[in-house]
Amino acid sequence: MLRTEEMLLNVGPQHPSTHGVLRLVVKIDGERIVEVEPVIGYLHRGTEKLAEDLNYTQIIPYTDRMDYLSAMTNNYALVHAVEKMMGLEIPERADYLRVIVMELNRIASHLVWMGTYLLDIGAMSPFLYAFRDREQILSLFNELCGARLTYNYMRVGGVKWDAPPGWIEKADAFVDYLLPQMDEYHGLITGNEIFVRRTKGIGIVSQELAIQYALSGANLRVSGSDWDLRKKEPYSLYDRFQFDVPVGKNGDLYDKYLCRMQEIVESLKIVKQAIDQFPEKGTIMGKVPRVLRVPEGEIYTGIESPRGELGCHIVSKGKDKPWRLKFRRPSFYNLQILPTLLVGESISNLVAILGGIDIVLGEVDC
Amino acid sequence: MKSEDEKKEAPRAKARPSKRPVTKKEEVPLEPSPKQPVLDQYVTLIKGAVGEQAVSESHINREAGHLPTIVIRKEDWLATARYLKRSDELSFDYLQSLAGVDYASYFEVVYVLLSMSTLQKVMIKVKAEREEASVPSVSDVWAAANWNEREIFDLFGIEFTDHPHLKRILLPDNWVGYPLRKDYEPLDKEV
Repeated sequence: MLRTEEMLLNVGPQHPSTHGVLRLVVKIDGERIVEVEPVIGYLHRGTEKLAEDLNYTQIIPYTDRMDYLSAMTNNYALVHAVEKMMGLEIPERADYLRVIVMELNRIASHLVWMGTYLLDIGAMSPFLYAFRDREQILSLFNELCGARLTYNYMRVGGVKWDAPPGWIEKADAFVDYLLPQMDEYHGLITGNEIFVRRTKGIGIVSQELAIQYALSGANLRVSGSDWDLRKKEPYSLYDRFQFDVPVGKNGDLYDKYLCRMQEIVESLKIVKQAIDQFPEKGTIMGKVPRVLRVPEGEIYTGIESPRGELGCHIVSKGKDKPWRLKFRRPSFYNLQILPTLLVGESISNLVAILGGIDIVLGEVDC
Repeated sequence: MKSEDEKKEAPRAKARPSKRPVTKKEEVPLEPSPKQPVLDQYVTLIKGAVGEQAVSESHINREAGHLPTIVIRKEDWLATARYLKRSDELSFDYLQSLAGVDYASYFEVVYVLLSMSTLQKVMIKVKAEREEASVPSVSDVWAAANWNEREIFDLFGIEFTDHPHLKRILLPDNWVGYPLRKDYEPLDKEV
């Protein structure tokens, strides 16, 4: 028998395909991966510790910096938990604005994933198309709250800024623009033979494994579980909209791609309905005490972020600051399965499988 | 043990108005939670499968949407965890969240479990004393617990016994102290 030798290969922390600062210590035997150890923590800022010295409004900008591709859902995860504990009523107009920005943010996040994932696999141009369209969403957000990534938009009890005149129409026009645009994407990518050969049947996650690792978002749905918190534990106004939850069949990378592309379409549907139902008038902030004191107790609430279940666990002692604030970050859970998926694979699939998980390191490290 | 709920609720209702007579309104006795039968069922099942002593406390967390909450004795946690996951009636197969909390006098490890088939949720708490804190690892029951336990070990210094790879995950290996402990002293206090 041919004698082979195992070799250690270091990937990252500075490497374009790790989408941030993730380090992988990979043991390979020829081109087969024998063992993988992810090393994380390069972007750990101690958000949970810092939050213990901040009041709830001050924590909101810190949540922007966790999943920086989808700051709106992060904002919401926090304010939703606080509102639920305080039993606050949210004005309808604010709630609709929240749904619109959260879904637009989901689209923007999926577009980034789609673009960079194709870049990982070796296709340059879809990235440019995706960023062109994402730019429009960022411009909309910029107009709404003055920031392109770290929005700091939501407040306990409502939102900070009302939609400027004509903004809703612009958002509506964007939905009308992007929906037919999806065909262009499919024409560009979906049938591409190289893309199909690199993703079909690769990185398969079984349903059992996905549940065992508590995966969420597209990573869970791709294996056949019909699990979306917007449907299963409806929060905000999600019970008012008609939309489907795309579910995969084979659990491979190709299905993940199709799932996320379909999720963009579903989000567009939600935005469209929210704009149709959008109340003409109304306040954007509910009645909220000047100092936010959250009653003593404990709560865990989860919402569906683009990456999966983003949970917020608050332990309060009745003060204006949390005693303990814990975020259940979907990327942290989803990344955990990587060594299991990679062992036995060819080294050339490493980047494809890692990219398929769709991690954001700001969220993994928190 | 059985009627932990009523026992706790009753004295609080009496004590409150005397302490703060001005601000507090007359407290109405709470209606029994709709989830009370579910909680009772869980407690009976766990006691039957693991032992009377396993459940040290149980109540309904009303703020969190009537979430059944059960405090499990540390020594019985691994057996309880295996039962919670494998029993056909409960089948809590999805670990939704795992958090450590420092209550200054003791630690608590909080598990939020979900059953994908019945859609029921439960919050399990395991207490650990501050000195040489340790809790049995459940990473072979729910694989998702692996990194979470490492994170809690990293930030709270709670040992998870029989964890396959217990080492710091977010902080560097040579870090001194456990930042999320309430008595942690940061290197630079000005920050």
